[in-house]
Amino acid sequence: MAQSQTHGEGRQTLSLPPWFKRLLATLATVAATILGLLFVTFMIGRVMPIDPVLAVIGERATQAQYDETFRELGLDKPLMVQFGIYVGDVLLGDFGKSIRTGQEVATDIGRVFPATLELATLGTLIGVILGVPLGVIAAVRRGSWIDQVARFVGLIGYSMPIFWLGLVGLLVFYGILGWVSGPGRVGIFYQGIVEPITGMLLVDSALRGEWAVFRNAFSHIILPASLLGYYSMAYISRMTRSFMLEQLGSEYVTTARVKGLSEWQVVWGHAFRNIRIQLVTVIALAYANLLEGSVLTEIIFAWPGIGSYITTSLLANDMNSVLGGTIVIGVIFVGINIFSDILYRFFDPRAK
Amino acid sequence: MTNRLSFAAAAAAALIMASDMAPAFAETPPNMLVIANRIDDIKTFDPAESFEFAGADVSRNVYEKLVNFDPLDLDAGYQPQLAESWDISEDGKTVTFTMAEGHVFSTGNPVTAKDAEFSLRRAVLLNKTPSFILTQFGFTPENVEETIVATDDKTLVLTLDKPYAVSFVLNCLTATIGGIVDMKAAMENEVDGDMGNEWLRTNTAGSGPYKVVDWKPSESVLMDLNPNYHGDAPAMERVIVQHIQESATQRLQLERGDIDVARNLSPEDVAGLDGVDGVKVVDELRGRLMYWAANQKNEMLSDPKVLEALKWAVDYDGMSGSFLKGQYTVHQAFLPLTFLGALEDKPYSFDMEKAKAALAESNHPDCGPIKISVREAQERLDISQSLQNTWGQLGCEVELIVGTGAQTLDRYRAREHDIYMGAWGPDYPDPNTNAATFAQNPDNADEAGNTGYLAWRNAWDIPEMSEKTLAAVVENDTEARAQMYRDIQAEHQQTSPFGVMFQQIEQNGMRSNVENFVAGGATTAVSYWVITK
Repeated sequence: MAQSQTHGEGRQTLSLPPWFKRLLATLATVAATILGLLFVTFMIGRVMPIDPVLAVIGERATQAQYDETFRELGLDKPLMVQFGIYVGDVLLGDFGKSIRTGQEVATDIGRVFPATLELATLGTLIGVILGVPLGVIAAVRRGSWIDQVARFVGLIGYSMPIFWLGLVGLLVFYGILGWVSGPGRVGIFYQGIVEPITGMLLVDSALRGEWAVFRNAFSHIILPASLLGYYSMAYISRMTRSFMLEQLGSEYVTTARVKGLSEWQVVWGHAFRNIRIQLVTVIALAYANLLEGSVLTEIIFAWPGIGSYITTSLLANDMNSVLGGTIVIGVIFVGINIFSDILYRFFDPRAK
Repeated sequence: MTNRLSFAAAAAAALIMASDMAPAFAETPPNMLVIANRIDDIKTFDPAESFEFAGADVSRNVYEKLVNFDPLDLDAGYQPQLAESWDISEDGKTVTFTMAEGHVFSTGNPVTAKDAEFSLRRAVLLNKTPSFILTQFGFTPENVEETIVATDDKTLVLTLDKPYAVSFVLNCLTATIGGIVDMKAAMENEVDGDMGNEWLRTNTAGSGPYKVVDWKPSESVLMDLNPNYHGDAPAMERVIVQHIQESATQRLQLERGDIDVARNLSPEDVAGLDGVDGVKVVDELRGRLMYWAANQKNEMLSDPKVLEALKWAVDYDGMSGSFLKGQYTVHQAFLPLTFLGALEDKPYSFDMEKAKAALAESNHPDCGPIKISVREAQERLDISQSLQNTWGQLGCEVELIVGTGAQTLDRYRAREHDIYMGAWGPDYPDPNTNAATFAQNPDNADEAGNTGYLAWRNAWDIPEMSEKTLAAVVENDTEARAQMYRDIQAEHQQTSPFGVMFQQIEQNGMRSNVENFVAGGATTAVSYWVITK
């Protein structure tokens, strides 16, 4: 990436600083990844044996209306030209219009993504707060009842369909006990009170000082977030336990114990410090997974997130929406990877 | 131990915090109606463009029409609304409407014949999917200035290309596309000559009982009273329709009292509500039909005796009594019950002896391979599997070709199927809506591309029946017209490659105190303004 400039009195090479080179390389990778992702998704959308025109006009339309819409959608142009036009529009911030909602895709995503971000963030927080300590304790007390419980919880989390667990959760905590509110992001009496800032209702209601809305929104989100948190916890605790077992069997841990360090220092001060990088990867993966949108959870809890948005759009052959959503998901994955990379450098000086 | 306690404390704290914030009880206010429904099909509120079920529900409550149905007396047919009267010219080609006094748009502008002229003209000019409902009377973008004319603020004159049954014309004007929009509001928001189409997709400007104040696609629609509404003030001052996909979730909300009406309950959830205090289920016959259709390009399936055998070999009662219980009733004619000219006769029952006898008389006594093209919707798959079973008993080798809705529809429109397992709902509340597609085929040639006609999609060449269907739309004696449709259907049952099997029953769960909930029957959409609690 170095640039050379020739001056009249000789050659002088201007080297860019290493951090800038890394930044450029990262940006190039991101651009290539997103472009590749777009290309594959675009082509899949176009070669699928589904007629996008019918998705727009419905089955009752006349041939003349069909032909007109065919031209309007630009489907009369060669595939690569269509792709080029699409990428050009995206670069200008125009993701096109959703044929399913009739609105700009960017507007739709701006509405559904914050809902998913809010839910996934809270779910991941619950997963981390409960999963990491549970995994550590299960490893320290290997074979004890708490280890058995941790493994059982993990097993349930891996084997129980989220759809079923969500319905049971709704039935028990909403239907029978009435501890939490029902589906949706907020109760009908609280809708439209808070002017959006971030689109995340908990954050916005707190920023606006609308605490009644905050409490109601929290009572709506806690159940789906706990459900997602449970699945994250199952994954995170299992991986944490596995990482910790490996560390606790190491010679340096034995040495630390021989030196007379307390068990707390051995476990948290030494063994746990050494699994932080692996944990960052696991947590980042879990978070990214939830940010993609948990379609079934969103359907059960009537949560208007990006997962159900993309899925419904795909089934309706609304390719502009699918592509727009794909870009968002792609950017999220890349973003989380970059963030993990930064955390690696922070936790492990060798990575610098 | 400390850590263990901290987990328990954190978990308990979260639940306690949530329980503290959840409402202790739930009951919607007496002047507010809260509905759970699947509304992710709404693309637009513009009556010139809207053609989806959930969109029609909104439109009916927001836009008035020249003539409309009384929700508490649907059987009475169209009634005056924005037009207080109408006259037909001697040659039957000109309909002159006199506008009623006192109707005002939610914007505050009075409704005039100019608004009606604008609304009907723009529906033709915009040429969106439902425009055929108007253009079938000869209106074109080129002639609307002469054929749809407001001669003054009180008089609208429609000039048709030929005389039609007046009931046909007026029934079509009760469809969503007949909604009258505020010309001034629409034109103030016009962009690039779209006559306000873009603006009216997300905003409403009607004179009906309600106006849309908020719409979040696939999430909710919020309607408040139109303060200028001409009629009696509705009891429900606010209507909220929430998009709840899952039947089980809708049921839980209904039982808890968080919603007043649940519109998409599965048979299992309807059964589960039996005996639940404070909840009732109201059945209503709707216009949707379930049918199978045989492509006449397939030699075996064009044999009348094979078709007869297949119609006898359908377990109508078995299906309606089991997986379709409460959701569909057996119906075997192409006009839904409650439509003008509907035929109640059910000539076929599940009779394997008759089926085998008919097959034996055919040119294909051993039957042959049959592919049923079906979309991945549970009830259609269940019906197709039943057909696979009973037609299999006839000796036919039946294969199910399952695809998405768009895939199967593509195949159907391209006339590439053997058997299509489909559903059909009326586009407008006149018998011609179904007759013109099930019993009319203007040109059977492939290149004609008459994809809007189900008869064409099945390559069924029926010049004589097409003539009869066309004759029925110009018959002005309503009883004679009804009899013509009954005769066409009786013939259709015997000779057509269509096996109409079921008509939909909509089961709406609602709180016991909800009265006058009318989903719209077979002819129209839901009416919120008559509901009380």
